[in-house]
Amino acid sequence: MTGTADDQLTRTLARFILSDARREKARLLAKKARVIWRQFAANRAGLLGLCTLVAFVVLAVFAPWLATHDNPSSWSWTRVNPRYAQPSGEFLFGTDYDGKDVYSLTLYGARASLIVGFLASLISIVLGTIVGLLSGYFGKVSDEVLMRLTDFFLVIPWLPLMIVFVMLMGRSFENVIIVIGITSWPSTSRIVRAQVLSLKSMVFIERAKAVGAGGGHIIAKHILPNVFPLIFANTILLVANAIFSESFLAFLGLQDPTIISWGTMLERAYNTAAFTSFAWWVIAAPGISIVALIMAFYLIGDALDEILNPRLRRR
Amino acid sequence: MSLWRRKEPRPLTPEEQKKAELHLLFGEDITKNFPIRGGIFSTIKGEINAVDKVDFFVNKGDTLGIVGESGCGKTTLARLIMRLVEPTSGTVVFMGGDMTSYPKPLLREARKDMQMVFQDPLSALDPRMTIKNIVGEPLFVYKLARGEELTRRVLELLEIVGLKKEYLNRFPHEFSGGQRQRINVARALALKPSMLVLDEPTSALDVSVQAQVLNLLMELQRSLGLTYIFITHDLSVIFHISDRVAVMYAGKLVELASTEALFSGPEHPYTFALLSAVPVADPNAKRDRVELTGEVPNPARPPLGCRFHPRCWKRGKICFTEEPEFREIHPNHFVACHFPLGQDRKP
Repeated sequence: MTGTADDQLTRTLARFILSDARREKARLLAKKARVIWRQFAANRAGLLGLCTLVAFVVLAVFAPWLATHDNPSSWSWTRVNPRYAQPSGEFLFGTDYDGKDVYSLTLYGARASLIVGFLASLISIVLGTIVGLLSGYFGKVSDEVLMRLTDFFLVIPWLPLMIVFVMLMGRSFENVIIVIGITSWPSTSRIVRAQVLSLKSMVFIERAKAVGAGGGHIIAKHILPNVFPLIFANTILLVANAIFSESFLAFLGLQDPTIISWGTMLERAYNTAAFTSFAWWVIAAPGISIVALIMAFYLIGDALDEILNPRLRRR
Repeated sequence: MSLWRRKEPRPLTPEEQKKAELHLLFGEDITKNFPIRGGIFSTIKGEINAVDKVDFFVNKGDTLGIVGESGCGKTTLARLIMRLVEPTSGTVVFMGGDMTSYPKPLLREARKDMQMVFQDPLSALDPRMTIKNIVGEPLFVYKLARGEELTRRVLELLEIVGLKKEYLNRFPHEFSGGQRQRINVARALALKPSMLVLDEPTSALDVSVQAQVLNLLMELQRSLGLTYIFITHDLSVIFHISDRVAVMYAGKLVELASTEALFSGPEHPYTFALLSAVPVADPNAKRDRVELTGEVPNPARPPLGCRFHPRCWKRGKICFTEEPEFREIHPNHFVACHFPLGQDRKP
């Protein structure tokens, strides 16, 4: 290393401050996380939602160990257990038409529902954010084109749209995820666009332009970090919608029939006349699970919205 | 990609060439009209004439002050100089090239030499970035420094504007107004520009802090040989910092002269009225106070002739019909008035 002694000194100082910077940054992040957690914990409903969600995730992850009966990896026609057995010590939630243990099915069903929920909303977030950023930031022609596309998806009722897409693409687990993802992005893109538009008029964006920064730099360094909290709060609600959509599609018989999800359980129950056989447990287990999980997401979403959206914040 | 955009900058005419050698920056006939849209098809209903045929020049190392009341087009002029908005017509020649004709890459290069400081120090800083990233951003954008080198340069810049090294990893909201404006100045200096456009850099600050920031700016100008375009509505600030002053009224430049000449012998009635409105600390001082009646004209429908004539006490018939030319009545003293005040100052 060359340079004067003075140069050396500043270099050492810079290195010292740099390591200090990392520590400082970690400290700030931890502090921020603590603050958010405290606000979140103060919201009873949000906490209840979080507990419910954690419970479901634990059940889904440990399903093979928690299930009381054989891995019901697919629906089969060979019946070993009694049909429509009442809930009892052996069959916690009773059995269904095929004599399968409803409790074990519900555990495995949680896996499918959560996977669909998270993956579909991931697709939707990525698509929605890209579309929202492009139309909001670049404006003019791209805005018109992208927003008309968004309007197209928003105007057509999304449930029939999903049905048509699944019919066209074929019934499979992956296709259901993709279809839910590509039909639910418009709301995200609208939100992102609105936020980008308001950010774009901020002085610090104009300042970055005056410095000579290009669109890529401005989007990555200024706009994305500022829209991210909004996207995050929105994601939670999207997951809830995705889980509902999956159940809905499965109930209509548009899910891969070999997949065990709460939707396919309901479909099966409906097709095997569980409703008229008064086998309420076959319907109640997946039904209540769907409602509880969606509820949990909404409660968390509401609580987060209150924290991340300063206008709603109670003082 | 850009069929309609000129790829090459426009070559200067010989006269412009001559002028460009004399001045660091000059503008000719700069005009900006903003369209007024309305109706269901958002058709253009009219135009707001924000800046109209402005001529001016700045020499290297000088400070040109631009004064005028709010809404007179000062900020638009600053943004036109930076080419943050495209002018409707006119040219801005900076360091021997017509900025308004620059294609994007050339504009990017030109902006290295010309930086801007904005009015509100807080909203000009991204709330989610640390001071290090804010001040170092220009270096990062132009790929001039990364990592440790960047930190070192940022430390230098912070020292130049009188901020402590410990501030490196703080966020903008943790600072006071004066400190925030220092951060803005540090960032504007990061690329070692030759000119700064300062858009009311002190008007959001307390008076005592204003003085500190002004002194800092003057010190920097002396030590770094900077050229300033200083925009403000505060005449005492202008008097303090400027070498030459341009007075704007309703989108037009009405007077341009050296600070002494303008403050001691204003030629345009508007300048005179503006100066007479400055409070004087001596209660016994004898002053010719001019109180203007009426209001600033609507920029969508500026009056015919001289824009100041509805409020002027010296107007003649010609003022209603003919727009006065911006002419040099004394050496380096430009005025746009049919009846410059001269010795006759009495309203």
